[in-house]
Amino acid sequence: MLQFILKRLGLAILVAFTVSFISFSLLFLSGDPAAALAGETASGEDVEALRRLYGFDRPMLVQYGDWLFSALQGDFGESYYFRLPVASLIADRLSVTMILGVCGITFALLTAVPLGVVAAIRPNSIIDRIALFISVAGQAMPSFWFGLILIVVFAIQLGWLPPSGTATWRHFILPTIVLGYYAMPAIMRLTRAGMLDVLSSDYIRTARAKGANETRVMFRHALRNAIIPVVSLAAVQMGFMLGGSIVVESIFALHGAGYLAWESIARNDLPTVQALILIFSMFYIVFTFLADVLNAWLDPRMRTS
Amino acid sequence: MATTSTHDSLLDEISGPTPAQMLRKRIFGHQGFLIGAIVLILLTIVAILAPWLAPHDPYAQSLMSRMEPPVFLGGDWEHPLGTDHLGRDYLSRLIYGARISLLIGAVAALISGVIGTAMGVAAGYFGGKVDAVVTFLINVRLAMPVVLVALAVVAILGGSLQVVIGVLGLLLWDRFAVVMRASTMQVRRREYVAAAQVIGASTPRILLSEIMPNIANNLIVVVTLEMAHAILLEAALSFLGLGVQPPTPSWGLMVSEGKNMMLFEPWLVLIPGAVLFVLVLAINLMGDGLRDVTAPENRS
Amino acid sequence: MTEPLLSVRNLRLDIPTGSGTLHAVRGIDFDLNRGETLCIVGESGSGKSLTSLALMGLLGKSIKRNADRMTFDGIELTTASQGQMRRLRGARMAMIFQEPMTSLNPAYTIGDQLAEALLLHRKVSRQQARDRAIELLEKVGITAAESRLSQYPHQLSGGLRQRVMIAMALMCEPELIIADEPTTALDVTIQAQILRLLHDLGREMNMAVILITHDLGVVARVADKVAVMYAGELVETGPVRDIFNAPSHPYTRGLLRCIPLPGKTDRGAKLGTIPGIVPSLVGEVEGCVFRTRCPHAVAECRGDIPKREDGNHAFRCIFPDGKRHSEKELTV
Repeated sequence: MLQFILKRLGLAILVAFTVSFISFSLLFLSGDPAAALAGETASGEDVEALRRLYGFDRPMLVQYGDWLFSALQGDFGESYYFRLPVASLIADRLSVTMILGVCGITFALLTAVPLGVVAAIRPNSIIDRIALFISVAGQAMPSFWFGLILIVVFAIQLGWLPPSGTATWRHFILPTIVLGYYAMPAIMRLTRAGMLDVLSSDYIRTARAKGANETRVMFRHALRNAIIPVVSLAAVQMGFMLGGSIVVESIFALHGAGYLAWESIARNDLPTVQALILIFSMFYIVFTFLADVLNAWLDPRMRTS
Repeated sequence: MATTSTHDSLLDEISGPTPAQMLRKRIFGHQGFLIGAIVLILLTIVAILAPWLAPHDPYAQSLMSRMEPPVFLGGDWEHPLGTDHLGRDYLSRLIYGARISLLIGAVAALISGVIGTAMGVAAGYFGGKVDAVVTFLINVRLAMPVVLVALAVVAILGGSLQVVIGVLGLLLWDRFAVVMRASTMQVRRREYVAAAQVIGASTPRILLSEIMPNIANNLIVVVTLEMAHAILLEAALSFLGLGVQPPTPSWGLMVSEGKNMMLFEPWLVLIPGAVLFVLVLAINLMGDGLRDVTAPENRS
Repeated sequence: MTEPLLSVRNLRLDIPTGSGTLHAVRGIDFDLNRGETLCIVGESGSGKSLTSLALMGLLGKSIKRNADRMTFDGIELTTASQGQMRRLRGARMAMIFQEPMTSLNPAYTIGDQLAEALLLHRKVSRQQARDRAIELLEKVGITAAESRLSQYPHQLSGGLRQRVMIAMALMCEPELIIADEPTTALDVTIQAQILRLLHDLGREMNMAVILITHDLGVVARVADKVAVMYAGELVETGPVRDIFNAPSHPYTRGLLRCIPLPGKTDRGAKLGTIPGIVPSLVGEVEGCVFRTRCPHAVAECRGDIPKREDGNHAFRCIFPDGKRHSEKELTV
C-alpha cells in the first residue's frame, strides 16, 4: 500500500511538472510575448523596454526555471491587467469556485448514485428509463444553453431564484444544477453498471442465503463494492468540473476563478492565465491522486497488498 | 413436438439466420441507433445543400426587419424562424451553422483520432517503455483543463475556424488513446496475431491487417463520442466569444448573440441551442447504438 | 414413522424464454430426515442446482416455482412469506455454494462475514458472535482461527475459503445444509477433506445434508440416500445400497458405467459413455426424457411412464425392471 502511494505520488509530481512547463510555454505561442503585450500601436522602443522589463530577452528555459521557482513559493508574478500579484488575485476568487465545485459534485452524487442504484435493481423499469433519458440528455446538453434556460425559467419567468451573482446561498442553486448535471450521466452509468455487475455475483447470493434482507443486501453487500470505482470517477469529474466552471461562472456572473480566467484570457493577461491553468491542473492532479489512494483504501485487495 | 431430437436441433442450427441477417436485424431493431443515424444524415444533407436550402443569405443584414419573431410566435413565412438583432434570417443562419458544427466535429475528430489511435495502438502493441510514455502523456493531457487551454490558445492565435479546429484536434485525443490502447492490448493476445508473427509478417502489416480491423468498431464509437464533444466545445468557445468569430453563423455564437435579448425574445437563445442539442444527441445515440450493434456481448 | 424434516412433492420449475417455456425441473418428489445425507447426482444442466436454490427460495424472479408440497419441518415453503423465508435461511437451512473463490464478499473480513450470519438471526453480542466464529473455524480445521478473522477473502486459498463457507453455514446450527458441488473448484486432495468434514459434521450435529455432486465415488462414501436426476426429472431415488447394487433406471446404470468402481471394474476395462445429447426442454415434454439416448427405447416410451416403487427405492421406466436383467455385467 505504502509502495503504491509513493509510486502514485511520484507520477503525480512528474505530471505536475510537465503540465507546468506546457502552461508556461503557452506564453510563447504568439511568437513574441512582448509585442503581444505592448499592443499593435506600440513603438519598437516600447516593445524592447517591455521585453527587458519582463525578461523576455532571456532563453526560454531560464525564464521557465525562474517562473517555476517563484511559483513553487506561491509567487505567480503580477497581473498585466489588474496590476496586482496573481497569487492574491486568484486566492480571492478561488473560494467561490471551490464552493461551486463541492456543491456541484455533491448534487451530482446525490442524484446520480440513487438513480443508478434503483435503475440497476429494477432494470427496464420506468425509473431505469427515466435515468437513461436523463443521462443521454445530459451528455448532449450544452451547459451554457442549459444555464440560460434555467435563468429564463426559474429566475425570469417564475422569479424563484436570482439569475446571477454570489450574494446568498440561493445564488448558488442554479449554477450547482448546471455544473452538477455535467457530471451526472457518467456517474449514473457507472453506478448502474457496477451495481448490475455486483448484484449478479456469487457473494450477493451468499448474503441472501444467510437470511439478510434486501435493504442489507443492496447497501451493505452490493453498493459497498459497486461504489469503489464511482469514488475515483467522482474525483476525476470534480477536476473536470473545476476546469469547466469557466462556462458556468460566466453565465451566472459568479466572480470565481473561472470567471477570472475568462476575463484574463479576453484581456491577454498571460501571467494570470498561466497561473490559472497550472492551478486547475493541480486540482485535477491532487483529486485523482487522493481518489486513487482512497480507492486503494476502500478495496481490501489493494489495501492489504 | 415433444422433445427435439439431436437431428432436429442440428437442423435448427444450420437453418438459423446468417451473420449478415443478424446484423441487419440488430441495426433495425435498435431504435436509438436508427433515430440518431437518420437525424445525423438529414442534418448532413442540410449542411451540404445549404446554399440551395437556405431561403436567404445568412450574412445579409436588414435594419428594417430586426428581431422578427418566428412563424409559431406570430411571424410571417418570409422568415420562418425570424431574424436576429441585425435582421439576418435565422433559418438561413441555422442551416449554414450546421456546416460549421459538422465540419468542426468531423475534422477535429479526424485529427485527434489519428493522434490518439497512433499513440494508443503503439502503447497497446509494443507495451513496455512505449506504453509508459503514452500513459504518462495521457495523464498530462487529462490534467490540463480543456476549455481553459483551448480558450487561451484561441485567444493568442486568433479565433478563426482553422485555429478552433486545430486546437480541438490537438486536445481531444485522450479518449482515443485510452480506448485504443486497451483494445489493442486485448487483440494482441489473440492467437491469430501470434500466428501472423510466426509466419514472419512485418509489424506494420500485423498492425494494419490483424490489429486495426479488430479494434475498428471501438474506434468508430470513440469517433462519434469525440465528434459530439468537439461540437459542444466549439459551441462553448464561440459562446464565450473566443471561438469562431462573428459574423460566421456558429450555433454557439448565435446563442451568445441572442443572450442579451433573452429577457424579451427567449426564442433567439432557445432555437440554436435546441438544434445543437438535437445534433449532439443524434451523434451520441448513434454512438451508443453502434456499440450495441457491433458488439452485442457488451450490451448491459 | 416420524415426519420427515424436508418433504417435496411434484416440484416444478419453469423458465419463460423467447422460444417458449423451458421446463427445467419436472415433478420432483423426495423426503429427507434429520441426520440423513441425500446426494443428488446428474450431469450439468440436469436441474440439480435449480432444485436446491428452489428449496432456499433463492431462484431468480424469472423462474416460476410450483409444487404440490414443499415442507420444511411442517412449514410450507411455497406459500411462506419473504420474511418467513428470510428467518429460515441461514438460521435453520443453510447453503454452501460451488464457487468458494467468489462466494465471499471481497469488501469485508472473514470475521465480519461469519459474525453477520449469527447476528442476523440471534440476539447475541459482537463478542459472542466472534467467539462462535473462532469455535467454528477451529471445527472446520482452520489453524490460527483467531488471526483469520481479520483477514479478507482474497488472502485465503480456495480450500480455506470453502472451509470458511462451511463454518458460515454452521453459525446458527441449521437443521438442513445444502451443499451445491462444494468441491468442484478445488484441488482433488482438498475435495476429499472438505467432503469428509461435511459428512462428519452432519453426523455430529444431527443435520440433514443435501449434497449435490456428479462424483459417484463421493456418493458411495457419504450418502444415505441417492437421487439421480436427468434433464429435470428424478429418474431414480433410493437408499445408497439399492442404487449401487440394483441400479434400475437405464440412465443410472449408464452413469455407473462411466466411473471405475473398486472391486467392480476390471483392471484395463473400458469405461462406458452415454451416447447422444440431452434433449431440449423447451415446450411440452412427454414420455421418457431419456428415450433418445436409451439402448432399450421402444415406441411405448413416448407415452406415460409409470413410477415403479419398491419400499424406498423408486424409478420411472416403461419396463418393470428397467431392463436391469438384460445388462448382466453390472448388476451383482
